[in-house]
Amino acid sequence: MSAQLKHRVVETAVEELTIPIKSAPYNKDNVMKAVDNSVLLRVENISKKFPGTLALDNVSLDINRGEVHVLFGENGAGKSTLIQIIAGVHRPTKGKIFLDGQEVELHTVHQARNLGISAVFQEFSIIPQLTVGENLFLGSEMTKGPLLDKTKLRDRANETLERLGFPLDPNKQVMYLSRAEQQMVEIAKAFRTKPLIVILDEPTASLTERETDQLFSKIEELKAEGIGIIYITHRINEIQRIGDRVTVLRDGKLVSTIPVKEANEEKLVELMTGRIIDQIFPNIQAKPDKALLNIESLTLQNDVLQDVSMEIRGGEVVGIAGLVGSGKSQVGRAVFGLENIASGKIDFCGDTVYSSKRHINYLKPRVMLDRGMYYLPSDRREEGLMMVQNVRENVSLASLGLKTFSYNWFLRRGSEKKTVKDISKKLDLNPPNIERHVEHFSGGNQQKALVGKALVRDVKLFIFDEPTVGVDVGARMLIYKFIGELCEEGAGVILISSDLPEILNLAHRAYVMHRGVLQAELPKEQLSEKNILKFFFEKEECA
Amino acid sequence: MNSNHAENVNENLMEVSLLNKIINLLKVIFVKAGVLPWFLIIAVIFLSSATDTFFTESNLTTVARQSTYLVLAAMAQMVVLLTRGLDLSIGTMFAMSSVTTSMTMVALAAGGGSPTFAITMGCLAGMATCAIIGMFNGSIIAIFDVPPFVMTLATSSIVAGLAFYVTGGTPVYGMPEGFSNFFGYGKVFGISVPVCITVLIIIGMYILINWTRLGRYFYAIGGNPKAAELSGINTKRVIFFTYVLAGLITGVATLLLTARLESGESNIGVEYPLMSIAACAIGGVSIFGGIGKLSGVVLGAIFIILVQNGMNLLQLNSYLQMVAIGILLILAVVADNYRLKLLLTMNE
Repeated sequence: MSAQLKHRVVETAVEELTIPIKSAPYNKDNVMKAVDNSVLLRVENISKKFPGTLALDNVSLDINRGEVHVLFGENGAGKSTLIQIIAGVHRPTKGKIFLDGQEVELHTVHQARNLGISAVFQEFSIIPQLTVGENLFLGSEMTKGPLLDKTKLRDRANETLERLGFPLDPNKQVMYLSRAEQQMVEIAKAFRTKPLIVILDEPTASLTERETDQLFSKIEELKAEGIGIIYITHRINEIQRIGDRVTVLRDGKLVSTIPVKEANEEKLVELMTGRIIDQIFPNIQAKPDKALLNIESLTLQNDVLQDVSMEIRGGEVVGIAGLVGSGKSQVGRAVFGLENIASGKIDFCGDTVYSSKRHINYLKPRVMLDRGMYYLPSDRREEGLMMVQNVRENVSLASLGLKTFSYNWFLRRGSEKKTVKDISKKLDLNPPNIERHVEHFSGGNQQKALVGKALVRDVKLFIFDEPTVGVDVGARMLIYKFIGELCEEGAGVILISSDLPEILNLAHRAYVMHRGVLQAELPKEQLSEKNILKFFFEKEECA
Repeated sequence: MNSNHAENVNENLMEVSLLNKIINLLKVIFVKAGVLPWFLIIAVIFLSSATDTFFTESNLTTVARQSTYLVLAAMAQMVVLLTRGLDLSIGTMFAMSSVTTSMTMVALAAGGGSPTFAITMGCLAGMATCAIIGMFNGSIIAIFDVPPFVMTLATSSIVAGLAFYVTGGTPVYGMPEGFSNFFGYGKVFGISVPVCITVLIIIGMYILINWTRLGRYFYAIGGNPKAAELSGINTKRVIFFTYVLAGLITGVATLLLTARLESGESNIGVEYPLMSIAACAIGGVSIFGGIGKLSGVVLGAIFIILVQNGMNLLQLNSYLQMVAIGILLILAVVADNYRLKLLLTMNE
């Protein structure tokens, strides 16, 4: 965005707000001085009980004007519960909330929004069939008499999007937008009403670097307007980039609130986990065995993959890196039978399971599972788990045909219970109750259940598709540990990931994808951030 | 004086805390057991005190026998609902298979075949009719992704049309007497045959739903069809099967009802699609799939029949009975939602 536009944005913002800001051109230091630094939101001794757990235990917190206050902690530490209470989704069991010095009771999201608290949750609250503009003003549409004032709505939507600098067409239906663009709509919705407090729950999870930069510059501007921002993230570098203060939660308790300047990575991880961690990534020994999976010039019907060839051996971790939309995920999905293939040849364990020339196609989840392949989907809510069912039934689902779980058509529920209990112990499931519904677990523990599904059967090749999205350090280390163990026991592991450090530290070899084409194969010695990034962007810049 | 006062206060406190304890205990029972047991208890107590005839052996036997048809229909509906489906064609299955059963029996009996042979073939014809309708529903829903609501609505129109066309709307008489004598009015060890058969099917369904892989797959597909597919479940085949199973259970119900009526009727079963859904809803089955217990469904169906029976005994106008059933359905679902909320906020 040009400096000129930025200037204009801040000026209009100043006019609209009750808090006068004298210095028009945006400058972080100026703003910090100009903005009244008093407390905007105070949460006092909040506790929240859910059946079986104390999700929040006596937590107190201040949010100042013009501050980005980061909430940091493992999944299940209580961050989500805390912001849901502040946003009016849940009522606290105990404790008080003060907004602008006044005690408030928040009953609904709508009411909280009217009071000036807007939240952007990880789960989208936009309606795919409506347009961007209609979504922005959902619930507060402009009317002319009894009819909708569509012109005004479009103009106001344009105004909001322009103020935020989001390049979106207000007349486009949301379902045709990319996930990142949908995220922008979600954020725009929160900022439309000029709120006092904005809650952002991992807003960058689906954004690219560039979009993240854009969002951050917006956040800086909003800070300048005196808005208080509660920001949840698992990414430590983000905290350092935009945070002012950071509050660390652990097991529902507030551990400490510190200025970001004093928060380095070791300190944060130590506060979060309660122990000193020297190494997140395990050292995995590679013992490349015979080839497990051989992909020859694989092309999909929708051209998301073009002429991709790869080879994966037992006893090694192979990374597949690439941006969102590079087709890296589709490689894993295709060999498991989830994509429509146009041409190519796939061998698994010495057998040809797909060949367009010889008209062979055995690619189906059931068949590939039985042959010893396991694909862990990236979206655990959509594709991975049955949220309304318990951990036991989720973990055993893909393996019910095995002797452990059934005798012919009849289930062996006793054996099932025992096996899943053992697995959950290994995975350190918290709380360790396998009869609890999956939806009541934190994200990290849900991910453990997803991994558990693969551990109850004999698998030769694991395909992990973004195994640590939205997962805290504790659960992440555990998943890495399992990846390491599986590999060292001789299984092949494909690690599809957008998280570069993950690929750099775990993979023995990596393929880099770009727009459906395999760009490079990098051996361990050449695995570096610079080398991988080179193949990420090279073509994009030419285009 | 002073000590007396203190004692009073103490007593009051004790009373309050005891009352609280009782209320809390009731809450826990309510949350654990659900709405339905309370509804049943209230209904039984109320009807027993309001009428002399309700709590008699003969009336309760009648209730048990009358409820068999709805219990079966509700179980058929349940398997479909569990996988995020819906079957509105259950009603016309009753009509069609009643017609095919009776016409087969009449034809074979008139042709001079033995009554046993005629009865056996008639029953098979009736079951086959329902199975075929179920296959028709299941295959098109599974293969062509037609929404179950639309598909089964269309099927019920087709099947109802055929049933009326074949019979011209008049009842089919002349079935062998043995059929009605056994399936309609017969008794085994003093228990009526329809009740025996229904109990056997309840046991079979309990095993299928809770102790077999197929049963687990019903819940899995309803819980998350995508995850089920990725777990290697042939979701289309299972969905197809639920409609066939629903057809077969409905087929049994139809045989029992046809035997009771002693004639083949093309206009029976109209109330069953909605009543079976109501029984499932009252019994705690989620309309969105993946949630529900067989015991709830059976009790839900029995409850509806019980209330109808009670209202008949109270000589309530039959139109007002419809009003009452509707209100009860809403109440049950509202109370169940309140229960779930209580479950989330309750301090354990």
